[in-house]
Amino acid sequence: MSTAPAVRAAGVGKIFPTRTGDVVALTDVDLDVAPGEFVSLIGPSGCGKSTLLRLIADLDAATTGTLEIFGKPAATARLDQDYGMAFQQAGLLPWRTIAENIALPLEIQRVTKAERTERVAELAELVGLTDFVQRYPDQLSGGMQQRVAIARSLAARPKLLLMDEPFGALDEMTRERLQAELTRIAAETGAAVVFVTHSIPEAVFLSDRVVVMSPRPGRITTVIPTRFDRIRDEALRESTEYFAKVTEVREALHGTPATRANER
Amino acid sequence: MMTRRAAAAIWGVVGVAAVVALWELYKFLGPADGVVIGGDGSTGSGVMILPRTHDRAMPHVWEMVARLFASTSGGDTPPLWVSVLSAGGVTLGIAAAGWVIGVLVGGILAIAMQRWRLIEWGLLPWIVVSQTVPLIAFAPVVNALGGQLAREGIPWPQWLSVAVIASYLAFFPVAIGMLRGLQAPDSIHVDLLRTYAAGYGTTLRRLRLPAAVPYLLPALRLAAAAAVVGAVVAEVSIGMRGGIGRMLIQLAGQASSDPAAPWGPTFGTIALGLVAAASVALVGTGLKNYRRGEETA
Repeated sequence: MSTAPAVRAAGVGKIFPTRTGDVVALTDVDLDVAPGEFVSLIGPSGCGKSTLLRLIADLDAATTGTLEIFGKPAATARLDQDYGMAFQQAGLLPWRTIAENIALPLEIQRVTKAERTERVAELAELVGLTDFVQRYPDQLSGGMQQRVAIARSLAARPKLLLMDEPFGALDEMTRERLQAELTRIAAETGAAVVFVTHSIPEAVFLSDRVVVMSPRPGRITTVIPTRFDRIRDEALRESTEYFAKVTEVREALHGTPATRANER
Repeated sequence: MMTRRAAAAIWGVVGVAAVVALWELYKFLGPADGVVIGGDGSTGSGVMILPRTHDRAMPHVWEMVARLFASTSGGDTPPLWVSVLSAGGVTLGIAAAGWVIGVLVGGILAIAMQRWRLIEWGLLPWIVVSQTVPLIAFAPVVNALGGQLAREGIPWPQWLSVAVIASYLAFFPVAIGMLRGLQAPDSIHVDLLRTYAAGYGTTLRRLRLPAAVPYLLPALRLAAAAAVVGAVVAEVSIGMRGGIGRMLIQLAGQASSDPAAPWGPTFGTIALGLVAAASVALVGTGLKNYRRGEETA
């Protein structure tokens, strides 16, 4: 693969026309995500972070600007399966076993049965669900379902993962465990990750860079690099540099008193 | 699990026994000529609020059952239950054909309505209105069209008209139920398939059709019951011979001299509905994985 960035957004804007007039969901977004880089998008509701993710995934089309995934237009990247995606709900198909759910993207891409079986075994191993592949989603806990969703998003060996609050519905303990697993998986696969979240500690723990966004209109206000090591562990959560970054992101999110006054 | 099933069976038997008991109790207690309010005493005047209970109007349940084993119409004609069974077989076959036509038409309509919003908006009100047309008004039209086709050399047996009329009732629950089912997938699932670069056909096969199964199964069962009712009514209204509808009308016409006889084909019709619904339930057991919820256990 060339050295093209995993994601390059230049002047990207999105306007949703509604009956009461146009709503500017995103305006003038410039963002590069390097291959293998972990970038979180954080901001209050309505800041356009999920919209930006959907534009990258080509689930919606940008109104203005250009968006390239590994140097290709977003639509081409989607058709080429250059990214894998996970949502807040696991979104497993309840009538398929775990193995069949993980294999779904491969099946649609007409990967042979033998290759599928092999890949499913690898992925189940990677997310620690080897003993559960013959179960159905309703027999798994929420955290396990989300792990299946992550395995599924990795099935086609994408070099980019798009994740829209994948741990948002989980309890804190499961959430922290999956965060640690995700950093390990991202490091093992070498995939770049664009991760949407509401949680400041989550964004700081996971990311190489935290992109802070603000609403009305949705835009990027600050980008904060964390400069932690690639492998993160529980020690990091208790370190002073971690707390310093959490504070930095919090201040960037809440803004100075002047911007707060502007918002009112 | 086993005890619950046993309990269900017991309560089923209790329900039937209760109906029999109610029938016999009223027959025992009620006045022979019923209860009429108003009226001047002449025949047919006033309003009957309780039915007559004499043996011609309400035969005993055991007479109805015994009649099943007597010959159909005297002489050496076969026992009534044999005639009911063979007539029921004819009607069941026609109803099955009607069910298949109805399921195909309903399914195609549902797929078209899901695919194109415009078709849903344009067609759905007509589908609902279609069910308000009385079958007895509609049946002769179908029969006449069939006859026309037959005269022009296109093979169109009379039973096909009956099947088409039965399908007219059967397609409705399928079209409505399947449309809801095809629209059931969450937007997250639809988005997911889009990220896999799946086209319309793949999305239909891998997502929409499986997701429609829990909606489709009750619709198919309703369609089966509707097809049986439709076939029986259609036989009567276009005068087709050989089926249980015709038999019912014939024996009902002779009820004043043989009051227990029409109950044979009546029980037969009930049995037909049960057989039809049970056959569809059998289809459902093969699809039980499609009825799983995504909720965690």
